[in-house]
Amino acid sequence: MTSGNEISQVAPEGRTLINVRTGMFGATGDTTGYDLMNTVVTMPGATERPYGSWFDDAVDILAELLGDKADEAIQYVVVDRGELTLHVAREHLLDVVRHLRDDQDLRFEMCLGVSGVHYPADAGRELHAVYPLLSMTHNRQLRLEVSVSDEDPHLPSVTSVYPMNNWHERETWDFFGIVFDGHPALARIEMPDDWVGHPQRKDYSLGGIPIEYKGAEVQPPNERRQYR
Amino acid sequence: MSTTESFTPTGAFTEDPDAAEYTVNGGDWTDVAEEAVRLGQQRIVMNMGPQHPSTHGVLRVMLEVEGEIVKEARAGIGYLHTGIEKNMEYRTWTQGVTFCTRMDYVNSMNNEHAYVLGVEKLLGITDDIPERASVLRVLMAELSRIASHLVAVGTGGNELGGTTIMTHSFTAREEVFRIIEMISGLRMNNAYMRPGGVAQGLPEGGVWRIRDMVTKVRGYVDEVADLHLKNPVFVGRTKGIAKLDLAACMALGVTGPVLRSAGLPYDLRKAQPYSGYEDYDFQVPTSTDADAYSRTLLRMEEIYESLKIVSQAADRLEGLGDGPVMVADKKIAWPAQLSIGSDGQGNSAQHIRHIMDESMEALIHHFKLVTEGFDVPAGQVFQATEGPKGLLGVHLVSDGGTKPWRAHFRDPGFNNLQALSMMTEGGQVADVVVAIASIDFVLGGVDR
Repeated sequence: MTSGNEISQVAPEGRTLINVRTGMFGATGDTTGYDLMNTVVTMPGATERPYGSWFDDAVDILAELLGDKADEAIQYVVVDRGELTLHVAREHLLDVVRHLRDDQDLRFEMCLGVSGVHYPADAGRELHAVYPLLSMTHNRQLRLEVSVSDEDPHLPSVTSVYPMNNWHERETWDFFGIVFDGHPALARIEMPDDWVGHPQRKDYSLGGIPIEYKGAEVQPPNERRQYR
Repeated sequence: MSTTESFTPTGAFTEDPDAAEYTVNGGDWTDVAEEAVRLGQQRIVMNMGPQHPSTHGVLRVMLEVEGEIVKEARAGIGYLHTGIEKNMEYRTWTQGVTFCTRMDYVNSMNNEHAYVLGVEKLLGITDDIPERASVLRVLMAELSRIASHLVAVGTGGNELGGTTIMTHSFTAREEVFRIIEMISGLRMNNAYMRPGGVAQGLPEGGVWRIRDMVTKVRGYVDEVADLHLKNPVFVGRTKGIAKLDLAACMALGVTGPVLRSAGLPYDLRKAQPYSGYEDYDFQVPTSTDADAYSRTLLRMEEIYESLKIVSQAADRLEGLGDGPVMVADKKIAWPAQLSIGSDGQGNSAQHIRHIMDESMEALIHHFKLVTEGFDVPAGQVFQATEGPKGLLGVHLVSDGGTKPWRAHFRDPGFNNLQALSMMTEGGQVADVVVAIASIDFVLGGVDR
């Protein structure tokens, strides 16, 4: 990334900073040389009440069950594109999922895996784990999002509540390097056991090699100038 | 599920340097057996796969057996990991279809369907999709479901010695592929559904050919049912085998025919309809036997239900007549009017004439949209659909750009394969093959 005007790398409160884009072409910066085309891209921010639909009730019930811990456990709530996302503190993740599964008014029986997302620009919370939950009883879906930092990528495993997440957590460990504490056997699942690195992180190269053509060097595809 | 402290590896999974190791190349079983007798060894650890004809791709199953009884079974996957999710981050949203169609390759349309619905939710254009496009999507998804179930039933039969079951099922599948090819130009790996609609409409005479196909496929499936379902060998090998009751299904997150064989009529096409599934008349067959036989039966019944949906979709297409199959938004819909010519699929001659001879702006627009793609507002969505093998979900994150920030697929096979240990441990070695066939996964989807 080229040096230029100092831009804020901090997302507004209650938002995930996805990326700070410079220029039009991703990693290569501005073609003008002025480096003024900087865009801070964030996820949709925290939603104010009322959330609409069944969302208010569900959040209220969950907060009541969590008691004193509610404010700390549910960091913020996002309602976007008709979907509910609860940002949860990792210390309280197990409490939250247990209540979500066991309470008769919530009853999210199924956790549809855990999808890791890497936001290298989001300082202090670079790695996100996204858990889509499904309630067959009430025919609802919601999403939990937990963020951890690169330095301390530890999360409690939810396999004690959702045994189905066993392989999914292995996959997210394999691809993102998020460590799920308490998982019965957190081994790599897709990559070979002796593989180094976590391939789906943004800083993991695609592995292309530069090609020489008539004395000039053509960069690997992911390092070339490209629209973002 | 136990915690780390209480987990003690056994057998093959201990690091015992004294354990005897054999390399078996086939034909030398007698030597191995004699050596095992000499050592007084009861437990044998063996690898099934990754190159094994009945593992539906490249699955490795680590089996620990005592005599004929499976004491422990673990599935090892990853042999077909192709980095589809990572690659999608470096391609436009439209190009992503070409990747995800190759995941579970016997079921390409349902992969595409989940993905395009996710992208459309991100774009906020779910309600703008023309009805004709939605009907075509349902039609193609159901054709794919039939093809996928035919592979499951056919290969399952073949693994138990019934080659005719496979040849018959695959003949029926070819009939289905003829329709898919007629509409999309390709048998498999179609990239037919695009964010905003589908690549092209139904060609002339299409409805008639679909109706013809429905009759033919129903005939083939009737014959497979007659050959297969009362066959004493098949019944003996599958009834009461690979049981997984409802509690186990829920604990392991198993969905699709395996869950429905345990008695829960959960089908996302009914529970959370998408693409207008609520307007079609079809049933969700269930059973309470929870065994391999009932799963085969359910898949065959689902083929009949899917044929019903296909017929209804064909009727609807006939009623809708000509019309757009892409959203009206020119910033999203590819300008190309694809058509199938004598040399395969391509831009229509009319479109080529327009951009090359008539309008410079149209050429620029075409070029920008195809090379750069369209922006998708920042945010994330999860879209769940009912694939033939279970709940097929897609998690998409956009950074507001022309490429996905993250695309993740929750393939039902990946999840359901976790149930293999529970289905096989304590049973016969030979039944492992039955259990694998009854879960019905494809390693392309499992490993992505």
